[in-house]
Amino acid sequence: MSTFLKLLARNRLAVFGAAVLGAIILLVVITPLLPLPDPNATATADRFKRPFSDGFILGTDHLGRDLFSRLLWGTQLSLAVGLAAALIAGTIGAAIGIVAGYFGGRIDNVIMRAIDMLMAFPYILLALAIVAALGPGLLNALYAVAAVNIPFFARNVRGVTVSIAHKEFVDAARLSGMGHLRIITTEILPNVLPVVVIAMSTTIGWMILETAGLSFLGLGSQPPQADLGSMLGEARAAMITAPHTSIVPGVMILLIVMSVNLLGDGVRDALDPRLRSGALSRPMAATLVRRDETPPEKTDTKAVLSLENLETRFEVGARIYRAVGGVSLAIQPGECVGLIGESGSGKSVTALSVMGLVASPPGVVTGGAVRLNGQDLIGAPYARLRALRGDRVAYIFQDPLSTLHPLYRVGDQLTEAIRVHHRISRDAAHERAVKLLEDVHIPNARARARSYPHELSGGMRQRVAIAMALANEPEVIIADEPTTALDVTVQAQILKLLDNLRRDRGVSILFITHDFGVVGQLCDRVAVMYAGRIVEEGTTAEVLDAPAHPYTKRLIACVPELGAGRRELHAIPGLPPAVDQLPHGCAFAPRCHKATGLCATSDIPLDGRKRKVRCILPEEDVA
Amino acid sequence: MSLALETRDLTKTFDVGKRLLRPPKAQVHAVHPTSLRVENGETLGIVGESGCGKSTLARMLVGLLPPSSGTIEIEGLSGGSSPADFGRVIQYVFQDPVSSLNPRKTIRQILEAPLIHLHGMGRSERAARIDEIFDSVSLRGEFLNRYPHEFSGGQAQRIGIARALAANARILVLDEPVSALDVSVQAQVLNLLADLKDELGLTYLFISHDLAVVEAVSDRVAVLYFGAVVEEGRAENIFASPRHPYTRLLAESAPVVGRPIGGQAQGELPDPMNPPPGCAFASRCPRATDICRTDRPELRPIEGDQRAACHHPLDP
Repeated sequence: MSTFLKLLARNRLAVFGAAVLGAIILLVVITPLLPLPDPNATATADRFKRPFSDGFILGTDHLGRDLFSRLLWGTQLSLAVGLAAALIAGTIGAAIGIVAGYFGGRIDNVIMRAIDMLMAFPYILLALAIVAALGPGLLNALYAVAAVNIPFFARNVRGVTVSIAHKEFVDAARLSGMGHLRIITTEILPNVLPVVVIAMSTTIGWMILETAGLSFLGLGSQPPQADLGSMLGEARAAMITAPHTSIVPGVMILLIVMSVNLLGDGVRDALDPRLRSGALSRPMAATLVRRDETPPEKTDTKAVLSLENLETRFEVGARIYRAVGGVSLAIQPGECVGLIGESGSGKSVTALSVMGLVASPPGVVTGGAVRLNGQDLIGAPYARLRALRGDRVAYIFQDPLSTLHPLYRVGDQLTEAIRVHHRISRDAAHERAVKLLEDVHIPNARARARSYPHELSGGMRQRVAIAMALANEPEVIIADEPTTALDVTVQAQILKLLDNLRRDRGVSILFITHDFGVVGQLCDRVAVMYAGRIVEEGTTAEVLDAPAHPYTKRLIACVPELGAGRRELHAIPGLPPAVDQLPHGCAFAPRCHKATGLCATSDIPLDGRKRKVRCILPEEDVA
Repeated sequence: MSLALETRDLTKTFDVGKRLLRPPKAQVHAVHPTSLRVENGETLGIVGESGCGKSTLARMLVGLLPPSSGTIEIEGLSGGSSPADFGRVIQYVFQDPVSSLNPRKTIRQILEAPLIHLHGMGRSERAARIDEIFDSVSLRGEFLNRYPHEFSGGQAQRIGIARALAANARILVLDEPVSALDVSVQAQVLNLLADLKDELGLTYLFISHDLAVVEAVSDRVAVLYFGAVVEEGRAENIFASPRHPYTRLLAESAPVVGRPIGGQAQGELPDPMNPPPGCAFASRCPRATDICRTDRPELRPIEGDQRAACHHPLDP
């Protein structure tokens, strides 16, 4: 609630709307206490008095009634009717939407088709028909406006309910013995309520306007009772001769609807989780760089890609998340290096930092260098990064369904990837795309090139993603958990494919994973990450057979291995530290059984030449 | 040992392309007739790849999905008709620990639900029981008044297990209970499950796609492919000496350190809208013959209590 208010307060337009609306509401609440003349007392002698004349602040109307008094009483009525209509429409609409969305199937079908039919009528026609059937009167106008707006709420709420009704906690509630009514009221409703509030805050202004419209046509409030619509309607005849009689209620309607809408939009923006998560703020084309010092050029290395003390942070408000806290790693030509770690260890951010793909804001590269064939990429101009992305360095991500564009054929996407970097004709590029699909063993490649991503299975999609990564014969492929989302038999196929490709083409691979088995089968060297830093590095056989860092050793002991039979697993107690509050010294010390006081006093370096470990009490001697 | 759970020819068919008045356009057989037996105190592992019907099967066992045909017998009684009837005897632990907890309820409210609705307990009785359960999943009592988003995945999964225990059911269906967790936390939860089983004499149906995890926790394992059990046997035998070629493919595909990448049989699951007439695995199987493409093999004993649905079972 306090975050909601904070977000709302940041939106200046919403605050302005709230202030105007607050003033109007205050005015109408104290109206009965003000020394105002009777709004319905006629005095034909005083008709059409101008504003600020003879003690009439806003003048008088065609029957000599005090406009200020009528305006305040009329505003009170209009606001009350609008609010009541919104509440009625919101309640009934939400009830219908929840029932349709929760039960689904035929009930949903019948209800939503009825709602569709209601929506097919122009709203004013429908409202007129309802008022015509019930007879004119303010209450009937209220019913009409509420009824006309029910479909809007019902559709909105139904959509949200459908997504919630399939959540696992609803299943859990059913297994806890709850009935439908109780599940709807205690499980679904609290989660739907924000949507109802959002919908209400954005439509209430609209409803005030609609009620005014019906009153304007003489179907709402009946004389002598004043509401804003009827005041406008009565003033219509004298619009030219006494314009103030129309302007006064008109301005009030404008103020109310504008302030309600501004506030409503603010409420929506503050409550909507998608907007809150920053979906509206577009990340920059390349990660922001803020290095204190530029590392000197180094060209004596053979490594095709080398990271030197790379530091990437996420700066969210006052909090600084040190996702990557100084990572150094070198990849030789044709080598496959595994980067292994648990979620939150910074392995993906490391990979994304290489080509400046970390979203900024909030991501910032604050130190270190990434060298491709010796040349630093951190802080390189965007045009240079763009020329290298997908050309010299290609990525393969975990979920090919979200990396492939759903609306283009896979062949066209491959063709595009080739033509971005090579000036060749569309046909030649297409031929090359088909060849690539054949290279990744997609059966019937020419026909498959015409498929859309959703028509392919998960394994086939990942093959397409690999083909795309290979499209420009890169020197380095960065594969970020490329097989995690796949079934084990498909995973084996993809791993074999990657293994063959790298041997045939001599491409280097940085393979990011959490699976020791995969690393053991595919990688030449492996680096283990914990809390944003590499804690151990060496050849795969050395690290897996004789882990030197206590974390690596205990992590390997956690993992059940096929063929080992039924056994007790050795869990690591506790949780990895949050990267916005890293402990001093070794980040693993709080969970480590070997930790001494020394571990937490100072920074521990990654020691060793070929085999490296960041520990003062290593399990194995690495010197 | 007495029987905890038995299914007889349990099937589930989904309608595809529902229409308001006319019958649906097609039907998909998510679970073919399946007969399983689970003894009291046993852990039956169920493995299979995505789309093999393991979650559909699990949801039928706890009453969240009505079966299309066949029967479920739990502790000698037929399950009942509503999830509440099932809830007292069999409970479910979900894969995604966070989405299985209502974000707008405190942990205490979540744990109280089964006590109120299944057992009608009074306030003080509930408080005592919740403390006892919370202690058994090694969580601190102060967590009870917090909301689900304040917990890590491993803690949330402990809460999910605590909720299943609160219903006082003796059988738990664990649907990929650790696959959303990191390996270091995964081991904590698996060990907790093992301890709870010993203390409370529980029976588990452990569903997973991770063969190594299933092997480490199960007494017996059933392998599902395309909606049917293709092989069943003791956990220590089934992956070590598989009799069904699919089980062997699975076992060889699992990444194991120090072994070359294996299991390269091409191909994927058949199209469920258009299932093959014979064995569903025939198109990927190196041993397939004509009979495999025409006759669906029945699950039959091969050796001891190892059973396989294959016309040409492998030699040990």
